[in-house]
Amino acid sequence: MSESMNSKLEDRRDFLKASALVAGVAVGPGVLFYGIAHSRSPEEGASSKQRWGMLIDTTKCAVGCNDCVTACNTENGLSGKTGEQDSQWIRKLNIKHLQTGVEHNLPMLCQHCENPPCVDVCPTGASMKRADGIVLVDRHICIGCRYCMMACPYKARSFVHEPLTEQNPEVPRGKGCVESCTFCVQRVDRDETPACVEACTASGHQAMLFGDLNNPESDIAKAMKTVATTEVRADLGLNTGVRYQGI
Amino acid sequence: MANNICLNQKECGKSTGFWLLLTLGGLVMLGTLSAFFFLEHHGHIKTGMTNQIVWGLPHVFAVFLIVAASGVLNVASIGSVFGKKMYKARARLSALLALTILSGGLAVLVLDLGRPDRLIVAMTYYNFKSIFALNMIFYNGFFAIVGLYLLTMMDRKLKPWYKPIGMLAFLWRLALTTATGSIFGFLVARAGYNSALYAPMFIIYSFAYGLACFIVVQAAMYKWNDIEIDEAVLCRLKNLLATFVAAALYFTAVLHLTNLYFAKQWDFERFLLSDGGIYTLLFWGGQVMLGGFLPLLLIFSPGARKQPAILLIAALLVIIGGHAQMYVTIVGGQAFPLDMFPGYAESSSFFDGVVHAYSPSVWEMMLAVGGIATTFLITTVAVRVLKFLPEDEIKDPSSTVGQH
Repeated sequence: MSESMNSKLEDRRDFLKASALVAGVAVGPGVLFYGIAHSRSPEEGASSKQRWGMLIDTTKCAVGCNDCVTACNTENGLSGKTGEQDSQWIRKLNIKHLQTGVEHNLPMLCQHCENPPCVDVCPTGASMKRADGIVLVDRHICIGCRYCMMACPYKARSFVHEPLTEQNPEVPRGKGCVESCTFCVQRVDRDETPACVEACTASGHQAMLFGDLNNPESDIAKAMKTVATTEVRADLGLNTGVRYQGI
Repeated sequence: MANNICLNQKECGKSTGFWLLLTLGGLVMLGTLSAFFFLEHHGHIKTGMTNQIVWGLPHVFAVFLIVAASGVLNVASIGSVFGKKMYKARARLSALLALTILSGGLAVLVLDLGRPDRLIVAMTYYNFKSIFALNMIFYNGFFAIVGLYLLTMMDRKLKPWYKPIGMLAFLWRLALTTATGSIFGFLVARAGYNSALYAPMFIIYSFAYGLACFIVVQAAMYKWNDIEIDEAVLCRLKNLLATFVAAALYFTAVLHLTNLYFAKQWDFERFLLSDGGIYTLLFWGGQVMLGGFLPLLLIFSPGARKQPAILLIAALLVIIGGHAQMYVTIVGGQAFPLDMFPGYAESSSFFDGVVHAYSPSVWEMMLAVGGIATTFLITTVAVRVLKFLPEDEIKDPSSTVGQH
């Protein structure tokens, strides 16, 4: 009787040891990565305490430089092709004043509006704005009606016209859905800057500044207090998260 | 006259013709479904639609049908809401067409979705701020209400409900077309849209397109059953069509005159009215001439009172003009580039600042005509198995029953 009880106790100890080991193996890397990333957990969600924004200095945006576009394509797995049916999340725009002939170069991307028309018109709610101001498309409920593309004042959205392969696992995309700049949300959630901003800084042009508009201590908030900035199509009252200076 | 009417083709010994019609419609439908599966597999890359022209030919045909569907119900509404007997005799056919035409329009819209497999998502996730989502509610409600309306016409026991449901259907269809027009009216950023006029203008368009569709179907049914339309009825229908076509022209004129008054809209108006190539041609030649002035000219020509063929041609012209209008509104409105920086010329790798090109592929043409095929098939079967043929028992079409 007592032998059988001892054997049962040993079995139980072995079981508990094995369970602890399995649990350790399973949880350990997660804890480790969490520590490395220094980012908030997925459960935490985006917070309205922040509003992510971008300030683009058109006087520093170099003619012929396409580094931001290339970086965006690499980060998000876009082909980089520029046909009428290809996706472009960011593009270099040249504008020339009709009377004076003055030219400006600037990157045009989703302006991450506070009142985004794409979100208003989306029938299913797939077009949505996170609490921190980043405008995204929920690929699970986008039905591909393209009404958001009709509504966007910046032509910032693209429709995926053909099947895709070799995607970046962090940036799932799919045929038949609409997509646009996400401010590289996967990077922002790791406390990194969007790929375009990183590339612009690396090239030495320093034309793009990314940060929290709500944080008065952030570089972008300080810069916006000192220079005159322009909101594209300000007449629409959308309060864009992307601002330009030098126009 | 009513005693001689063949309720369906079988009684008239024209069964072969019926099957011939079904085969014809079926073949077109087969083409549509082939195009759908082809596009579903390969993606929209096989269409002429792009990231600049995101809505193309399928939307032109679909929106025309949706607008016409609400308008075709007018015939029934004039009968039940305003108590006109002549229209009451046509109420069943009018309600049937409202259902079948809407089915056709919605079928094309759904088949053109990037993810048609997610239709259930569209039915279960609603963003109530979206006029598109509200449209889905209006479409579903329209099916339910007009279905009930039809029942009250066919079942004597439900007769007490005929008037109240008729009134509800009338109000619902006005709301539906308001919402359809607002799909364009609410697009704040584009020069071609962004006007509250789109809502009432689409209602007026629907009156004209719907009545034109009704006249064509009625003419086909009368021809099939060797019935001659009563002269008084003919006169009434032609005057009504003329009123609607004139009103449609009026709204079109007001929209463009308003735009011409706003300096910021001049470039767009210059594009559409003068320099827009195919869009200018379709506007003046298709929408205004073929779909507007020519039908009016025909309707008021000396022989129109005696010649049903003239009314039929006028109605067909209104339908052709309606498609031209939808092409100008939907494709033309997108072809004109967005003006993000007023006062500047814009250029980029994403076709900023240039008029966008669009040439529909054969696949999307096959998809686009699927709506007409759907409508044709359901209508053909319905008029054969049930009694929808308009029967005129009175000689005086102006007589009224239970006027308000």
